[in-house]
Amino acid sequence: MSQPAIRIDNLGKMYRIGRERPRAESRLGRVGQAMLSPFEWLTTQMRKPSEDEILWAMRNISFEVKRGEVVGIIGRNGAGKSTLLKVLSRITEPTEGQAEIRGRVGALLEIGTGMSPELTGRENIFVNGCILGMSRREVLDKFDEIVEFSGIRKFIDTPVKRYSSGMRVRLGFAIAAHLEPEILIVDEVLAVGDAEFQEKCLGKMHNIAGHGRTVLFVSHNMQAIEQLCSRAILLRDGRVAMDGDDPRAVVDAYLHLHQSKQQEGALWRNPGDRFSNKYFTPLSLGIVGADGNPVNTPFRNNDEMTVRIEGDVREIDRNTHIGFLLTDERENTIMVSTYTDEASEHWPKLREGRNVLQTRLPKRLLNEGKYRLHLDIQHRPSSRGKGKKVIVDGQYGEVAVQFSIVGGLSDSLLWQHKRPGVVAPVLRWESGSPDHGSPGQ
Amino acid sequence: MSTNSPILTIRPSQGWGRLDLRDLWEYRDLLWFNVWREVKAKYRQMALGPVWIVLQPIMEMVVFSFIFGRVARLSDEGIPYFLMVYVAMVPWSFFANASNQSVGSLVNQMGVISKVYFPRMIIPLSATLGGLVDFAISFSVFFLVMLIMGFYPGWPFLMMPVYLLLAMLTALAVGLWTASLTVRFRDFRLIVQYGTRLAMFMTPVAYSAREFEKNIPNWVWLYQLNPMYWVVEGFRWSLLGIGRPPSLYMLYSVVIVLVTLVSGAYLFRRTERSIVDLL
Repeated sequence: MSQPAIRIDNLGKMYRIGRERPRAESRLGRVGQAMLSPFEWLTTQMRKPSEDEILWAMRNISFEVKRGEVVGIIGRNGAGKSTLLKVLSRITEPTEGQAEIRGRVGALLEIGTGMSPELTGRENIFVNGCILGMSRREVLDKFDEIVEFSGIRKFIDTPVKRYSSGMRVRLGFAIAAHLEPEILIVDEVLAVGDAEFQEKCLGKMHNIAGHGRTVLFVSHNMQAIEQLCSRAILLRDGRVAMDGDDPRAVVDAYLHLHQSKQQEGALWRNPGDRFSNKYFTPLSLGIVGADGNPVNTPFRNNDEMTVRIEGDVREIDRNTHIGFLLTDERENTIMVSTYTDEASEHWPKLREGRNVLQTRLPKRLLNEGKYRLHLDIQHRPSSRGKGKKVIVDGQYGEVAVQFSIVGGLSDSLLWQHKRPGVVAPVLRWESGSPDHGSPGQ
Repeated sequence: MSTNSPILTIRPSQGWGRLDLRDLWEYRDLLWFNVWREVKAKYRQMALGPVWIVLQPIMEMVVFSFIFGRVARLSDEGIPYFLMVYVAMVPWSFFANASNQSVGSLVNQMGVISKVYFPRMIIPLSATLGGLVDFAISFSVFFLVMLIMGFYPGWPFLMMPVYLLLAMLTALAVGLWTASLTVRFRDFRLIVQYGTRLAMFMTPVAYSAREFEKNIPNWVWLYQLNPMYWVVEGFRWSLLGIGRPPSLYMLYSVVIVLVTLVSGAYLFRRTERSIVDLL
């Protein structure tokens, strides 16, 4: 019992990222560029990567995990969580440092990995179980249990391509859940499936954790982290920022990390020339009330709220998407909106120079609570995300304003209190007499 | 959960690393399932299913024997021309299919590779082994045709598996090299595709090796370095009693195959480490 299940020592992973190349102006120039690209590739490979081509996805990570510990790993996107799991599950090699793992590892980075659509559910249980590291014997022993857990006995001999996506996920998790490794590495699997299924997954994880197995669990679901884990590690910019036996404290630190980076209140102003670029340099982000002035919180649920984004444009480019990401206090995304959401003829026109973009949030939408509005600006030259450049990252929460909503939930005297739910719209109800085809006839 | 559970150390590997074939052995179940899956998925939802395995070489054989045998009237070493082509077509198709399956195998399996660890060599291996099923079927059909036509193999028949093994190792060597290179350069898919087509003409598949050796004697040394030359001629020799019996010169080819195979395996192991970052 004295030996730790996982010992990580100064682990680091470096990626070499491509440098942005100037794009030739003329068509002929671009053809020339394409012809020369193999040579360019060679010269890039020959020389040592320069500073700006290096990205350390994680560095100097050291910690130990005792047998039976359930460790939650949290951090923003890009903090190095997935890289850490990938290195620990041997999918990719570290650049430096080392890790020692004692015991059989089961890694679950995605549900349903390696399922063949042409094969039946039964066949996939064997193939998939094998891919995840079970022997044929083990799968055979657990076969009935897996089928039972997945709840798709009726379709077990149907090719998986005819399954609904929900059925696929259920089958995938059922296989993975019966892996019974000594050390389980799980990445954000609870983000899929319906509520009932997620509940089932959480229950199973709880079960696994309760049986003295070691679990490493990455999630953005803070509630799940608090419920499941006995310890949490906060990663920030590829390093361990906090490590503690009280997951709640670490989660709070994570949430606080977010807040400290953002200005409190309903207005953000660009302090200098941050995010400077030719397409849209944000100058301010605010939520203004009906009178056009920034309102300091709280709003009422039926108040007029307008999101106002101010910025400088040097080059007009319709591939620049400016918008926001609305999240609740725990960073769960509620909705995303950009000024290019409507049919393109309705897009507001941008001018060179100073621009103001604004949109009204629907009244009577959000429930009582605290919310965060993250600015999101991206330049996407193609719909498939190639050449995409994130100017301000909404997911990462670089620029955000906060507001809260209190009261105004309903005009009815009966319903003045907060009700359950993220949103609290007031719907119109109607009555009428049943027509000819009414039920029961 | 005892204290003697295996210890896995993860650290950056240096230099060319080790082959670590034990790892491969531990995952043999997966290899088996992968082969099985490949074969099964290939012929699902096809009206003719495995009949295709038989149809393909037969059709090619008919075309070749018509063009060369009837119209061009090449010599045929005293046996029906189409049988001479047919016997070569069976191992050749196996080789060509297995190589072409392996080339893109890593890239095609990216979804799994980026999410689960297993020895990546299983992928090109199962592509090659999967071809054996096709081979077994088309060979049985050939064997039947041969018997019906009154040709009964003698003791050299016992050598046939050796030639099959040579074909397999050659395909695997090609597969390991090109699958690794395809990760960086997708060009290799096309190179193998055209390469196998070209190689068919440099191998005595659709014509008799004697023709070549009689007409271009200066290049015979190079011509016979091709391992598939020995496979094709070996199939002819062991089954029909024509072609070239094994000779010492064949050892050169075998050595070439083994060197390519081992170097390919090392290259593959090296690529495997960074494959997820490259794809």
